[in-house]
Amino acid sequence: MTVDWRPSASLEALHRRAAIINQIRRFFAERDVLEVDTPCLSAAAVSDPHLFPFSTDFVPEGAAIAQRFYLHTSPEYPMKRLLAAGSGAIWQLCKVYRNGEVGSRHNPEFSMLEWYRPGFDHHRLMDEVDDLVMQVLDCKPARRVSYSAIFAEHTGLDIYRCSDQQLQQVALERTGFIGELSRDGWLNLLFSHCVEVELLEPTMVYAFPASQAALAKVVEGDDRVPSAARFELFVAGMELANGYFELTDAQEQARRFEADRQQRLALGYPDLPLDQPLLSALKSGLPDCAGVALGVDRLIMLALGASRIDQVLAFDFSRA
Amino acid sequence: MANYSTNEFKPGLKVMLDGDPCSILENEYVKPGKGQAFNRVKVRNLKTGRVNERTFKSGESLEGADVMDREMEYLYADGEFWHFMATDGSFEQYGADEKAVGDCSNWMKEQVVYTVTLFNGAPIAVSPPNFVELEVVETDPGVRGDTSGGGTKPAKLATGAVVKVPLFINTGDVLKVDTRSNEYVGRA
Repeated sequence: MTVDWRPSASLEALHRRAAIINQIRRFFAERDVLEVDTPCLSAAAVSDPHLFPFSTDFVPEGAAIAQRFYLHTSPEYPMKRLLAAGSGAIWQLCKVYRNGEVGSRHNPEFSMLEWYRPGFDHHRLMDEVDDLVMQVLDCKPARRVSYSAIFAEHTGLDIYRCSDQQLQQVALERTGFIGELSRDGWLNLLFSHCVEVELLEPTMVYAFPASQAALAKVVEGDDRVPSAARFELFVAGMELANGYFELTDAQEQARRFEADRQQRLALGYPDLPLDQPLLSALKSGLPDCAGVALGVDRLIMLALGASRIDQVLAFDFSRA
Repeated sequence: MANYSTNEFKPGLKVMLDGDPCSILENEYVKPGKGQAFNRVKVRNLKTGRVNERTFKSGESLEGADVMDREMEYLYADGEFWHFMATDGSFEQYGADEKAVGDCSNWMKEQVVYTVTLFNGAPIAVSPPNFVELEVVETDPGVRGDTSGGGTKPAKLATGAVVKVPLFINTGDVLKVDTRSNEYVGRA
């Protein structure tokens, strides 16, 4: 039997990958943003109900009892602890790990670029994301549009007025999906199948429904009703980045952790330890800041015109 | 039959969907950074041949379909059924109706081997080999000496199918035809 030992990316793709990584590093050096490196292994897990962390056991030599650790799905929590400790603007490029995610645009371990800007709100951070993406992809500035406007444009539905039944009906017509989903589930289904695929030119979607705030503040003024100060960047029908005007209220953060936990349990997923150090950092004071995470492999896919993530990875998961 | 989960939906897998056997063509994993994962699946309905897209929650499952492709020699037609015999030495015979044979009726020739798709033991589809050889039963008289392939004309074959042929072809010629493109390949 011959084993296919070769890389999944071409050597030319790997050269271009390295050049883009250098370009990213220069981008932040020129802007005086501090590069940091936070742990991959964490005693707590991210609260997001739809992310499944890998776990592993630490066994101190000679000890009988193992300690459970989780591989990070993003470096968000420890980076916020650095911000609370007064780090100022910081960035990190690291591997993150998400169990179960494999496909033409997903690899269970992938490279994430994450950065935080004290004093910025999400609009100002969108400008900076745009600067970086325009440099790497040599593209036009992104169109900016609210979630409700882009949703209406591609589905004909007003997210603030339409019923769950209407969402379900359009989902059936456009995707053939039959089943039960929460309201956010219907929105996500329609957004990913009917909206995202149409966003070929760079597009920043902001003012997400407040129920999809995740770790963003809920603000007035971005849309007709209070909405999440969250944005996502789409290019060539692909999600590239997700950013927030960060939630700094420790009490509200604790409430969202608990809501995520309840949702996780209702879905029959395992209970995971919540990140107490993050809550303590928020209590001690997180400066007003905006932060964003960007999928570097996907950015490289776009720069190279690759259609699959394995074409930009030295060894994709099937060859790991 | 066994059940298959979305992560096992590989191209070629046969599953039951809305009561019909279907073949998976493509399966794309769709997951936003925040939110639930879905699988966008392209399937061909093996009864109608129609291709549809259907989205499932990741982790949903479908029942496998008892579908089998078998090589069979075409024997004869009785007006209602086209009769085939398995070439695997079992000599089992099957009658396929008009719905199962479909457009393949254009390419039926005795003693040629076809792929017959069986669902729960009954034929639901017949596919021809890539090339078949059929006699011309009707075409305008051939233009002598024109072998350059400059122009084309229609020719009716023994099965009733009509293909475009070069001008030099005559009634009675046996032609090799590509069944995938309906195109004349050459004289047999």
